[in-house]
Amino acid sequence: MKLGYIFGEVGQGLKRNISMVVSIVLVTFLSLTFVGTAALLQLQIGQMKNYWYDRAQVAVYLCSSYSPAEACPQGEASADVKTAIEAKLKDSTLAPYVEKYFFLDHNQAYAQFKQEFANNSVTKYVTADQLNETFWVKLKNPADGAIITQSFSGVAGVEEVRDQRTYLDQIFSILNAASLAAVGIASVMLFSAILLISTTIRQSAFSRRRELGIMRLVGASNFYIQLPFVIEGVVAAAIGSILAGGAVLAIVQFFVQGYLAATLPFTNFVGLSTGLVLVPILFAIGVFLAGFASIIAIKRYLRA
Amino acid sequence: MAMISIEKVSKTYKGSTRPALDAVSIEIETGDFVFLVGASGSGKSSLLRMMLREDVPSKGSIFVLGENLISIPARRVPYFRRNIGMVFQDFRLLPNKTVAQNVAFCLEVIGKSPSFIAEAVPAVLKLVGLDGKQDRYPNELSGGEQQRVALARAIVNKPQLLLADEPTGNLDPATSQEIVNLLERISAAGTTVVMATHDRGIVDRLKRRVVVLKDGQIVSDSRGVGYETAEAAR
Ligand SMILES: Nc1ncnc2c1ncn2[C@@H]1O[C@H](COP(=O)(O)OP(=O)(O)OP(=O)(O)O)[C@@H](O)[C@H]1O
Ligand SMILES: [Mg+2]
Repeated sequence: MKLGYIFGEVGQGLKRNISMVVSIVLVTFLSLTFVGTAALLQLQIGQMKNYWYDRAQVAVYLCSSYSPAEACPQGEASADVKTAIEAKLKDSTLAPYVEKYFFLDHNQAYAQFKQEFANNSVTKYVTADQLNETFWVKLKNPADGAIITQSFSGVAGVEEVRDQRTYLDQIFSILNAASLAAVGIASVMLFSAILLISTTIRQSAFSRRRELGIMRLVGASNFYIQLPFVIEGVVAAAIGSILAGGAVLAIVQFFVQGYLAATLPFTNFVGLSTGLVLVPILFAIGVFLAGFASIIAIKRYLRA
Repeated sequence: MAMISIEKVSKTYKGSTRPALDAVSIEIETGDFVFLVGASGSGKSSLLRMMLREDVPSKGSIFVLGENLISIPARRVPYFRRNIGMVFQDFRLLPNKTVAQNVAFCLEVIGKSPSFIAEAVPAVLKLVGLDGKQDRYPNELSGGEQQRVALARAIVNKPQLLLADEPTGNLDPATSQEIVNLLERISAAGTTVVMATHDRGIVDRLKRRVVVLKDGQIVSDSRGVGYETAEAAR
């Protein structure tokens, strides 16, 4: 097998179809960048889930004198209510699920509120007795929030039970939808990349049909005949994949780390090491799909 | 076993009702020199194409070089063809390659070593009388010279079987005679030659085996006679 011949043919093929090759490069580049971005988003979601689910708690808000009458007909929750709730949390039915709980009275809730909204003028208009006294319950498994919600909703003296995880779930499902949309767009683009590669290979084979005809009649093996075309498709796609890998790294470095991480300092964002893991995966996807598309295309061309 | 053994081969091309070959049976021994003659459209090229397995019969059995060409797996076809040289009616030279490159190409693509190619190509060009023209392009050659390139390409790999489809078509009698002399030399060296032709003069002069096709059927198969005699013998 003469490598010189093969690479000569590949080079000629690439030159002859330069505009098609450029479009293969661009389409693979864009589609794999989408795939990479979707993957980054998924990894980010995973990372944030770990972080936030760990911290998610269930809040049992007790009635205050400002609570709406429908939820709290008796007004401010009495000391008996608090003792009853605490007893229930310690009770053998709930205790196995609860990792720990703590109670915030009006003043503690106010202190926390001031801390959270330190730079916000809303603190001026809110007083301590407007804020609910709250039992914060941390569960062993954050997915068990419904148990607490069911146990305390509608209990006299409880205004509302809120599982923080349901908020997180909303946010994550939005992020998830975004990453699925990116995957969807990427699949359509990858599909068009495959079609484009097939067309280019067929065209390349057509422009070399005399050579191909002679090669077949003098007994060149199928492998030898097909290899230059497959390499041609793979090389074009490989260039696109490398560009996509570079784009993903740039997104991580300049957008995620450079912009997002600076803007939202308390969130743990994906880093370059994650991006570096994606680069070879994108490359493998690009090369595999291109190789597959080229092989099918040239085999079908030769059979016809 | 015979070099070529064909039994009741028929071929009907798609979209045509009349068969191009109609129950053709023929045996060709190793070392034979056979002329295939017959009117235009009588099926000569079709029969040669079957022997190279460029096409498969619709019916019948065909063995060439010990291979059953009906059942040979596709991946073995290239290796089968390496033992056969074929000269086409329309040369099929590559216009963007020189004479030497055209000949070298068919060795390169079957994986011959550069040193083998460097030796074999000049030798075969000399044999067909093209030494000195190795760097010309096909469009810089006369028809007879192009025919010689096609022949050089067919024999450079020393095939056991040479199939020549009208290798003297469109050539003047003197040039035709030179080509045929070459074929005789190749045959004398042990290669089996099957040649389709319209050229009565050559057939008459050589007095070899003559197989006459008419409407896809073999109407006569005789040895050592001329074209007319063969035609008349049916
Ligand atoms: N690929 C094809 N598809 C359909 N019909 C074909 C094909 N090749 C040949 N034929 C038909 O088969 C018949 C035999 O053709 P073939 O080429 O074998 O004749 P031939 O004897 O070589 O003629 P010539 O002397 O003109 O070269 C003709 O009627 C031709 O039209
Ligand atoms: Mg013919």
